[in-house]
Amino acid sequence: MADNDLFRVRFQELKPAMRPEEAHLESSRCLYCYDAPCIQACPTHIDVPRFIKQIASKNVEGSGKTILEANALGHSCARVCPVEVLCEGSCVYLAWHEKPIEIARLQRYATDHLHENDLEPFKPGKDNGKPVAVIGAGPAGLSCAYYLRRLGHPVTVFEKQKVPGGLNSHGVAEYKMTQETSLDEVKKLLELGAKLEDGVEIGKDVTAALLEKKFSAVFVGIGLGPTNRLNVPGEELDGVWDALSFIWHVKRRKLAPLGKSETTIVIGAGNTSIDAVTQSKRTGAGRVLMAYRRGESDMSAYDFEYALAKSDGAEFLWNAAPVAILGRKKVEGVRFQRTKLKKDGSLELLKETFDVKCDRVIKAIGQSKLTGLASKLGLGLDQGGRIAVNPTTLATSRKRWFAGGDSINGGKEVVNAAADGKRAAWHIHASLTGAKTPAPEHAYWVATIEGKKLVQTPNPAERLNG
Amino acid sequence: MADLSTNCAGIKSPNPFWLASAPPANSGEQVMRAFDHGWGGAVWKTLGEDPPVINVTSRYGAIDIGGQKIAGLNNVELITDRPLADNLKEIYQVKKRYPKHAVVASLMVPCERASWHDIVKRVEDAGCDGLELNFGCPHGMSERGMGSAVGQIPEYTQRVTEYVKEIAKTPVLVKLTPNITDIRYPARAAKAGGADGVSLINTINSVMGVNLDTLTPKFAVGGKGAHGGYCGPAVKPIALNMVSQISNDPETRGLPMSGIGGISTWSDAVEFMLLGCSSVQLCTAVMHYGFRIVEELNAGLSDWMDQKGFKKLDDFIGLSAPNIVEWKHLNLHHKTVAKIQPDKCIECQLCFVACNDTAHQCIAIPAKPTAKGRKRVPVVIEEDCVGCNLCSLVCPVDGCIEMTPVKTGHAPLTWEQYTKNGFKGYKEVYKRMHS
Repeated sequence: MADNDLFRVRFQELKPAMRPEEAHLESSRCLYCYDAPCIQACPTHIDVPRFIKQIASKNVEGSGKTILEANALGHSCARVCPVEVLCEGSCVYLAWHEKPIEIARLQRYATDHLHENDLEPFKPGKDNGKPVAVIGAGPAGLSCAYYLRRLGHPVTVFEKQKVPGGLNSHGVAEYKMTQETSLDEVKKLLELGAKLEDGVEIGKDVTAALLEKKFSAVFVGIGLGPTNRLNVPGEELDGVWDALSFIWHVKRRKLAPLGKSETTIVIGAGNTSIDAVTQSKRTGAGRVLMAYRRGESDMSAYDFEYALAKSDGAEFLWNAAPVAILGRKKVEGVRFQRTKLKKDGSLELLKETFDVKCDRVIKAIGQSKLTGLASKLGLGLDQGGRIAVNPTTLATSRKRWFAGGDSINGGKEVVNAAADGKRAAWHIHASLTGAKTPAPEHAYWVATIEGKKLVQTPNPAERLNG
Repeated sequence: MADLSTNCAGIKSPNPFWLASAPPANSGEQVMRAFDHGWGGAVWKTLGEDPPVINVTSRYGAIDIGGQKIAGLNNVELITDRPLADNLKEIYQVKKRYPKHAVVASLMVPCERASWHDIVKRVEDAGCDGLELNFGCPHGMSERGMGSAVGQIPEYTQRVTEYVKEIAKTPVLVKLTPNITDIRYPARAAKAGGADGVSLINTINSVMGVNLDTLTPKFAVGGKGAHGGYCGPAVKPIALNMVSQISNDPETRGLPMSGIGGISTWSDAVEFMLLGCSSVQLCTAVMHYGFRIVEELNAGLSDWMDQKGFKKLDDFIGLSAPNIVEWKHLNLHHKTVAKIQPDKCIECQLCFVACNDTAHQCIAIPAKPTAKGRKRVPVVIEEDCVGCNLCSLVCPVDGCIEMTPVKTGHAPLTWEQYTKNGFKGYKEVYKRMHS
């Protein structure tokens, strides 16, 4: 199969666009819950019932506006969010044993409308002369830049890569979101006037001191580093891939450098491992095994991701710790040691070892933390090697430096990064201007930072007996 | 199977389901096909004088609610636009082939004795089983002094009914317009004019909406719209009220009625019959789904009657009418409170916001969960609940919020008794409202 055909057939979108009729029917099904659990389940606290009601009443542009008010990255989140464990997973229809509202696809319907019609619901704020530097053009940085622009700050975003968007552009499984979609969103976010300096590495091309001199505040959204090493012999053999670079090749839709594979072993059992497994399978690997040191119940991948891997025909090796990658020049197999879970939750290595033949190994055991860069920027770290921040303001140990996204949480979802960017934007603004309450045009989105309503219906709980 | 045959004001049919005078009963071919499906009768699309009227294109508009199509339908179609002779010939043919079905001629001519005498003779010669005087059509014809222009003036209603009764050999139904302030007056006028029965309601004056792009009416004829007649499921409660008013008016009690207005299912029909109608007429539901719906109308009615032990329609026609009374006869000491079933609650909080924002602020979300695994099941503050039903109406889950009667220990007391007693004895509600 030619690559183009392969992508067309095997990489169809998991959450395809909704037709207007479909959106109208599905949005009409929403109960418009009060204090809806879907709002609370969303880290950016999008007013989901409101945007759905807007679709039902044929105000699709207004719906997109409601989404972007709370989440600047609503367009990509509609595609990449693990909604099964967030908004859709909290839908009250589930308590009724009914199908939850398809919130993600409705959200996509609304944001697609903005993109297709080139509509931007918001305007940049009046220039307040307090420029902010954003390090990293990933979800956290872009979200922060977008809200800072709305607040009137001149913003420059520094990005090490030539292609902006962070993991949205580089690391999301292609059947969830194409790179093109991610770049469309980046382009739109930058339309509010943030300046992108790509190919610029902070700490190398530009120093922290220089940033501090030129900008009133800095937001650090540097994400994480390369995939962690296994630290076993054979890791340098041909055919051993880091999951993110493997996915990056798939996303570029250039499969030649990946070579052909009869048998691929993916090491690790997180959501990135699943992405590697399914994309190996879909790019033509004959057999794909996912190997994990622990058992099935310990895997960190979401259930629906695991189900996807199973339906793609993956096989699973549980309680198998890799001890060596075998081969002379090229990978020929992996040697595993059997493990057993002890009662205290720790892992015991058993004597038994076994070899599994393969011609490709993909490592997906989590990304490393960029502790070196953080230290170089003078930012204090927590015990886990993450940048330490005040959880409310996202201020770091360095004055007027803020941080958010994977670099402070160790690796979560795009929506968490988007929420951090929004939170930081407000607190940067507050710290630079002394503002305590937002101007009327910002009241709504600032309230969504803590998931609050502007007007609350009182709960007469004190009048309950007992 | 129960006996579904009916006799409405002397017009007999094998079942109470008639096509209303409207597009579904526009031609002999349609009416015969409807009878083949199981309809008991048809009120022919209104006949008038020749030359026939001219209709406009673009005649209907509808309101859809939450994915449900045609909750309400509006039309600006006039009476039949076919020559009278064609219609009469078809009425004759239908009656010849379907002698036991009811064919009722709906009529509308100018308010002159000669005009009415002429048309009554001609339709009766064609073999119709009864007449329906269209004093209800609210659009177009009313501008020409016919339709609702007659039905809105009781004196005209009575006079034209008298003209018809002077020579009619078949039963006469007067079709009433709801576009009046009190339906009892035209109903009394029809009775005074000698009508054998009334049929109601005709359609309600309406404008369906404005197109927000073109700023023209929602359905328009070259950019202009005219008010039309509104019907369909949305109007049923209005029709039921008017039917019950005629049932309970001492001056018209017992006057046969053919019920019309938003009937879509057998249970809708039963409601009209329980309030006193001996036949029912349908249009919107037929226009939405076709003649076939009568199969379930007949089956559903028959099954319900079997379950209830009713052998014939007369066993239940009018049974519920006495239960609709004036407000002053309601018991002030009757009390219900809402009870929320925690195991059924899905925590949508619609009852909470409805009660606190718009009713009586007596639903709360307790600080501590009321049931295991259920974090935010609302609870009713029963002593403050006025039993208004709102929470149970907004609740999406059947049986989750039930309005439960509470014994007050007070003898029934109506407003009428209360005011006659010099405002004594009003304990329960007064205490709740003023403590």
